Amino acid sequence: MPVDFGKEVDYVAHLARLSLEPEEKECLAGQLSEILETARRIQELDTAGVEPTSHVTELPAVLRDDSVRPSLPLNRALQNVPQREKSFVKVPRITASELEQD
Amino acid sequence: MQLYEHTAAELSRMLQSREVSSVEVVRSFLERIDQVDSYLKAFITQTPVTALDTAGEIDSGRMRGENLHPLAGVPVAIKDNISTMDLRTTCASRILENYIPPFDATAAAAVKRAGMPILGKTNLDEFAMGSSTENSAFFPTRNPWDPQRVPGGSSGGSAVAVAAGMAPLALGSDTGGSIRQPASLCGVTGLRPTYGRVSRYGLVAFASSLDQIGTVSLNAFDCALLLNLVAGHDPLDSTSLPGAVPDYTAGLEPGTKGLRVGVISYSSTEGFDPEVTETVQKAAALLEEHGAEVGEVSLSLTDYGLSAYYLIAPSEASSNLGRYDGIRYGYSAAGDNIETMFSRTRGEGFGPEVKRRVMIGTYALSAGYYDAYYLKAMQVRTLIRREYEKAFKKFDLLLGAASPTPAFKIGEKIGDPLQMYLSDVCNITDSLAGVPSLAVPGGFHSSGLPLGLQLTARPLQEQLLLKTARFFEAYRGQVSLRPGLEFIEKGGGSSAV
Repeated sequence: MPVDFGKEVDYVAHLARLSLEPEEKECLAGQLSEILETARRIQELDTAGVEPTSHVTELPAVLRDDSVRPSLPLNRALQNVPQREKSFVKVPRITASELEQD
Repeated sequence: MQLYEHTAAELSRMLQSREVSSVEVVRSFLERIDQVDSYLKAFITQTPVTALDTAGEIDSGRMRGENLHPLAGVPVAIKDNISTMDLRTTCASRILENYIPPFDATAAAAVKRAGMPILGKTNLDEFAMGSSTENSAFFPTRNPWDPQRVPGGSSGGSAVAVAAGMAPLALGSDTGGSIRQPASLCGVTGLRPTYGRVSRYGLVAFASSLDQIGTVSLNAFDCALLLNLVAGHDPLDSTSLPGAVPDYTAGLEPGTKGLRVGVISYSSTEGFDPEVTETVQKAAALLEEHGAEVGEVSLSLTDYGLSAYYLIAPSEASSNLGRYDGIRYGYSAAGDNIETMFSRTRGEGFGPEVKRRVMIGTYALSAGYYDAYYLKAMQVRTLIRREYEKAFKKFDLLLGAASPTPAFKIGEKIGDPLQMYLSDVCNITDSLAGVPSLAVPGGFHSSGLPLGLQLTARPLQEQLLLKTARFFEAYRGQVSLRPGLEFIEKGGGSSAV
């Protein structure tokens, strides 16, 4: 069964927070259908009862000691921030709609 | 012979015996870069001033009789997805074009601690997604053996830097072949160590369960020198393996007697150049002639592995790349609300291949598709691991090609993502299994382009890979492994592509 990605592109782009130009959408729809169709070949394999591998090391999750150690100074940590005010990161208003409702 | 033509081991010896100074060595590489890189484009950022500073410090230290690391004063190039403090780290992406890391990756810190002058940051496919270095947002890199061809990718810049004598050693990263495939296409040695052998701290994340830092060098001994430096447990990477690190330069005498070698027989060799298959067979015959027990091993899941990889890697990428939102670092687009700002930042900041993978990954992880795509792919990954475990019951080493073809033409595959993905078919299952894998020069195609062999061993058996690579080096004969670069000297290059 071919995968029709045409209908899905807008929805998936929204989930991925990607703004796409109309030409990009059209191009992606074709390419992604083709790629996913190839990827679907794995459906031919019987994997009933097979444990998934998410990671190849069999290391237990480790926690470090809860001790104080040096960390990046504030100015260093914020040196790449595009919009900054003093020691704060500036972002567009997130709560606008709630404020308007008041 | 120019200094830039020497191996890292030779440079190390000449520096330690004070035949040459590090400043002289670094100058030679900088001159070589000046001579050829405006054409080959291996570097995104060059750092001649800091390289000479480091070299000067090492030279003074040596004069004072300080106890120095064997690689002190030997220069290195670093792939531009490995964070370097106060040195721009772009991942060849517009979204990180002006990003200055406030910290060093553990591997970069190790290189600095040893006193290796850093010559610069090398080009790659954006966020290491690609097999030709054409996905760099800045420029493609050219193959020094034929400037109309790609160097492979994603570590194309690192492979070209070493192949063309612009650096004796380079660090790269390998998620699904990104060190081995370009090493093969450029005629150099490239190691993907066991997953967890080298700390990933500070390597900009693409697919975390697959990403691994490794080396590009002229030969196996140089590889061992650099691996000694970067291997080991790191408290800052909880997936790095505990346990002692051997001296990889020890016990490298070529010895193949009794070695059980499985020559990989693929379920399909569609798309394989016949000369590639021939080169592998010749290598197998050579091993057999020298006492190895050679048999055939069938990796029947290779094609499924490619499909599983192109679900798992994009899924992890779509999650890892969620961090590029224009708020804390990187390119930031204007937007009157946060949703528009996110979408525009990412839409304008990411290139086509990154968008493609983010879309595939987001789709594979989305409600309704998770079980059929991502979960299924992780189960297939288990089947692949089992197939490797079975193969390693019978064999100590697997031998195959490092790439199905020699270097392909710039522009040949860029418009067809599936064809491009197929160029990693020899490399991907090793990555999924997490085992160490080495690309070593295996000979030349009748077109004059280099062909690589790929050696694969059980986890943490890097020494066996290096030892076997040394065997092939010993039987390589007097063939020049350096590209001539006559096209640059003739000045006919600029109109070549």
